Amino acid sequence: MTLKHKDLQQIAAAEEQRQQGFQHRIHVCQAAGCLSCGSREVQESLEQVVADRELEQEVQVKGVGCLGLCSAGPLVAVASADRLYQGCAPTDAGSIVDGLTSTAKTDADGAGTLPFFSKQHKIVLENCGSIDPERIEEYIAAEGYAALYTVLREMTPAEVIEEITRAGLRGRGGAGYPTGLKWSTVAKALRQTRYVICNADEGDPGAFMDRSVLESDPHRVLEGIAIAAYALGAAQGFIYVRAEYPLAVKRLRKAIAQAERLGILGKNICNSGFSFDLQLRLGAGAFVCGEETALIASIEGLPGKPRPRPPYPAESGLKGCPTLINNVETFANIAPIIRRGSDWFAAIGTEKSKGTKVFALAGRVCRTGLIEVPMGTSLTEIVFEIGGGIPDQGRFKAVQTGGPSGGCIPEQYLHMGVDYESLAQVGSIMGSGGMIVMDQSSCMVDVARFFMEFCMSESCGKCVPCRVGTTQLHALLSKITQGRATPGDLATMEELCDLVKNTSLCGLGQTAANPVLSTLRYFRDEYRAHIDNQRCPAHHCSMATTRERP
Amino acid sequence: MNHSPASRNSQENTPPPRILTLQIDGQDLSGRADETILEIARQNKIHIPTLCRLDGLSGHGGCRLCLVEISGQNRPVPACLTYPQEGMVISTASQRLQDYRRKILELLFSERNHVCAVCVSNGHCELQELAVELGLSHVRYEYLHPRLEVDGSHARFIRDPNRCVLCLRCVRVCAEVEGAHTWDVMGRGISSRVITDLNQAWGSSQSCTACGKCVQVCPTGALSEKGTSVAEMIKHRHFLPQLLAMRTNRRE
Repeated sequence: MTLKHKDLQQIAAAEEQRQQGFQHRIHVCQAAGCLSCGSREVQESLEQVVADRELEQEVQVKGVGCLGLCSAGPLVAVASADRLYQGCAPTDAGSIVDGLTSTAKTDADGAGTLPFFSKQHKIVLENCGSIDPERIEEYIAAEGYAALYTVLREMTPAEVIEEITRAGLRGRGGAGYPTGLKWSTVAKALRQTRYVICNADEGDPGAFMDRSVLESDPHRVLEGIAIAAYALGAAQGFIYVRAEYPLAVKRLRKAIAQAERLGILGKNICNSGFSFDLQLRLGAGAFVCGEETALIASIEGLPGKPRPRPPYPAESGLKGCPTLINNVETFANIAPIIRRGSDWFAAIGTEKSKGTKVFALAGRVCRTGLIEVPMGTSLTEIVFEIGGGIPDQGRFKAVQTGGPSGGCIPEQYLHMGVDYESLAQVGSIMGSGGMIVMDQSSCMVDVARFFMEFCMSESCGKCVPCRVGTTQLHALLSKITQGRATPGDLATMEELCDLVKNTSLCGLGQTAANPVLSTLRYFRDEYRAHIDNQRCPAHHCSMATTRERP
Repeated sequence: MNHSPASRNSQENTPPPRILTLQIDGQDLSGRADETILEIARQNKIHIPTLCRLDGLSGHGGCRLCLVEISGQNRPVPACLTYPQEGMVISTASQRLQDYRRKILELLFSERNHVCAVCVSNGHCELQELAVELGLSHVRYEYLHPRLEVDGSHARFIRDPNRCVLCLRCVRVCAEVEGAHTWDVMGRGISSRVITDLNQAWGSSQSCTACGKCVQVCPTGALSEKGTSVAEMIKHRHFLPQLLAMRTNRRE
């Protein structure tokens, strides 16, 4: 079937009418965080109360994607009254429904003015928590697929790439490669068979941005992928998503099926002559499969091991064909850029980093959850205003960004605006957006050891420096945290970091030493205290009483 | 997979590979665009240490011993998998590279049990020769020494995973030349193990043809013939170029 613009408008109008038929709209978070603490039961209980009181015509209860404030789940938002109920139990359903008609103020009022929400700027997450991720009609009513339609009917592929280039969007997977440049490289490739891949193999410890976007607004990602496919002339695409995200997989499958039914994916989309087939591929839980050449090998059915670049996937990727690989969040930015124009997007953020960034705020901070802020927002604002500072009168020590490839940023850089360049300057990276806050109870040597353990167990084993180097680095760090290290071990460790960084085959090994290097740079005293005095300044490590002499 | 410009050319019927000029260790040289830096260096008697590389097998890029520096690039690249570009300036023996190679070898020695004095390949071992060449006199790290079981189930051969350096020559020669694909890798990272079939004993492997190619290409004493004692296992690697040459001739 071919979808016309009129059809899209009709679907949107019908959906809007349906929404406006309700006097009160109750949104219950149905993303993984809240589900894990019982939000499904809360929703069922709310539906039961509404049915018992015969209010189905006036009160809508619907499951939505992530409401953001994950630490306070299960979350229930009354969208029609700017109320947010935190930590709800099924037994609260009665009072929530009572509250709809009473004018009395409650603690849940004025959610929009909480600093956690008011300091944010939502582009990627604009629909998160307001639409039902399992219904395509709600996405269409929120201007969904309008950008794809515009692109297919009114723009040439070159114009699309030009628009993305002018917006200044950079890859949100971590390295910050300019998206427009990547697209135009693939578009210039000689071979006509091209592929688009969405990298949803989010694996950094503490990171859940991509999962939340896929669970809360899957159609946004599909739309971005389809626009990219049109711009590059790709007829087939894949979403490589880890199997540990069953809810995201389920919602993606549903979204693809819905889009195919409406003719938004598949053959001759919107009667434009452009056909695009999109499929899911599930990863089996190897972190290294987030590396693009390993990811391609995994899609091809080979062991998920990287190969040296060049050639880059843009030239020779899936099945040897030119391949575009972008991250979930990058694709999620595409539709808004087309809809509102590159100038609008380029006006947000800093000079070299445009737009917003989604972070998964976690660790020792009062309000943890999913946040989206303009590039250049300072760490102070993120940690102390949005995050509400450190709980239990704790003292801020460092914030870890970029997961196992990133580093720890100490207090003196709190004022720093967060963008790709500033983070690289202080020895960390943007990464995919994990942000772990640490207070005085965290031992930085142990933090480095934790990330090294992760890299060691996730190394694919192909090249020697990563396979054995991470193991030996982990052994040295364990020696330090156990108080068994000698002063010479520190020098050996620094040498080994340099080796692993410069001689490993892929990005995993090349960045595996970063957590060690950045903690050595800012917290060398802690290393020294462990080695020289067998003392852990954070009182975290249990030190051996005597040091083994070699 | 071959990513050389030559394979692309044959697919799309474009002209034969270009001849380029480049500089290696100060020497001005010429080379074809579809030859690796390692091949060009060898043609010109410039020695670059290698371990996982074996002529006649596909490139692997895992041992990282053939790393060379290209002027203008900060990170060294593997010579065995990197193709030249016009005017490239390459250095193969800087102090930094020699240090890196020795330290990589040091890591390999710390990984498994490489005690030469009791090894069948003592005196004929590529790992041992590399240690001598690169001046590795001692290992500063703790020896990891995992306890791995020796597999003596095969009628003619012995596998001792304690000597394995995971160069995967056995995997490649078996899959690419013999066509049996008996060998492959299990696990990942430091727990990677080379296995036969689905991790069965070698002797009970259904796919193994007992051709012995894996034994002959193995650089260390990890694969050996039964009946050899300390220092008695001498490998015959020249079979591979001969075999491949005969196959090519037959095709022509």
